[in-house]
Amino acid sequence: MGSQGMPGFMGRTTPSFSDFLTKYSPGLLPGAPGGVPSADNDVIASLPHATTLIAAVCEHGVVLAGDRRATAGSMISKRDVEKVFRSDEYSAVGFAGVASVGLDFVRLFQVELEHYEKMEGRPLSLEGKANRLATMIRGNLMGAMQGLAVVPLFAGYDEDRGRGRIFSYDVAGGPYEEHRFHSIGSGSVFARGAMKKLYTDDMPVRDAVLACVQGLYDAADDDSATGGPDMTRRIFPVIATVTADGFRRLSDAESEEYARQVVESRMAAPDGPSAPLRVS
Amino acid sequence: MPFYVSPEQQMRDKANYAQQGVSRGRSCVALQYADGILMMTPNPSSALHKISELYDKIAFAAVGRYNEYENLRKAGVTYADIMGYQYDRTDVTARGIANYYAGELSRIFIESNKPFEVEVVVAEVGERPETDQLYRITFDGQVSDEHGYVAFGGDVARVSAVLKERYSAGMTLGQAFGAALAALAALTASGDGNGAPELNASQLEVAILDRARDHRKFRRIRGQRLEDLVAEARSAGSSPASGTSGTSGTSDAPASDPEPPVGPTPPS
Repeated sequence: MGSQGMPGFMGRTTPSFSDFLTKYSPGLLPGAPGGVPSADNDVIASLPHATTLIAAVCEHGVVLAGDRRATAGSMISKRDVEKVFRSDEYSAVGFAGVASVGLDFVRLFQVELEHYEKMEGRPLSLEGKANRLATMIRGNLMGAMQGLAVVPLFAGYDEDRGRGRIFSYDVAGGPYEEHRFHSIGSGSVFARGAMKKLYTDDMPVRDAVLACVQGLYDAADDDSATGGPDMTRRIFPVIATVTADGFRRLSDAESEEYARQVVESRMAAPDGPSAPLRVS
Repeated sequence: MPFYVSPEQQMRDKANYAQQGVSRGRSCVALQYADGILMMTPNPSSALHKISELYDKIAFAAVGRYNEYENLRKAGVTYADIMGYQYDRTDVTARGIANYYAGELSRIFIESNKPFEVEVVVAEVGERPETDQLYRITFDGQVSDEHGYVAFGGDVARVSAVLKERYSAGMTLGQAFGAALAALAALTASGDGNGAPELNASQLEVAILDRARDHRKFRRIRGQRLEDLVAEARSAGSSPASGTSGTSGTSDAPASDPEPPVGPTPPS
């Protein structure tokens, strides 16, 4: 114990950073762990919300892609939000919900994973990471019920199994494993419909990326809170892959290449690729 | 038990006790080279570490009693992660951590019945060698700012003498490795330690803070790479580091290194 009476840094027994933070300085935890005294709906509605993410398991790992728009009510509050992040070398996390709270969760999760690895001398298993994220989200349940909701989408490469895996959550925690693809956010309904028709098992990585970009385009087409590719400002979806070689965020140039491909194909077919009516 | 022990006597006894504890163990060396900071210590265990990562550019090396410096290591990791989270990753510095350790060790020295028998070095690699930092913290919380190289623990005088002779600024990793190995081998040469004439790879714990790496600069040197560096150091002989002797080899160039990035050692 420190001499001031608050928990010191010595004598740590658990390798969990977020557990330590709860004792050391709960005010640093994301969201509103104890809830807020009286939820003001106008304030909540005016907080920027982040919108559509898609994850897809593919041949060598997994893809996680997100749009760039944050909306506050009917206004676009930011055009170039980053919603997909590297959580550690072999995993990626994205979020939908209140943008600032989501960013805080991502930061805390990144530190949580690195902290565990430094303390214990080994990284967490992929399931361990997914479970930690669930516990953190559950810790924000009170805040979520009062409007400060954040829901993550977690994707990683499982070195033991040699394949990518996706985990989804709800505001009370989780995780739920999704075996093929998944989408979250206000545009997820439309994205999921698109992915249903475009996705095939063991797609090569490039095809999975293209499918996700098509799905995000369709989400933006029907959901005002999801942003499509901004060709004038050159703001494109953030796309990350996680494979045996680790996390990789596609460069702006690479994202642009996929986005242009989709936009140009839509010039001829605005609703996108059509699926065969009968399965042959 | 005496009725009364003067405070001076108490402090002297504690200091002697701690100093002896630190001197009994094996030495550790840390030294700057052109592309980073090298840390090396004899360590027969591959699971229990004396050299570890604290943060992006900051490493921890210690001698003495394992459970005591493990406790300090974890506290240092916690301190660094808290600071980086509350403020920004770039706001975490070796100096801050060294001051934290100084405060803790000083408190422990004064307040506990038994002082920690440890000596700690906190190293930070900068953009250029001029901005590298090496801090040494003693069992009672004294901090010193070291330059170029530092030897601590065990028979410091002997190890330091060799290091001083072999060290020069701007060495390659191979040269720095040779200097460190020679300095530590000075311990076994007289029959201390395990009595073997030379240290081999399986008896060493080696890590670097590699200036060229992205994000997390700390990297353990193990396996084939360690064997290669030991072999290279031996074949280069005992000539002082002059910049011309020895092969620079491919082991110095990060770009050609075939080993994938690794974090802390998993338990074997």
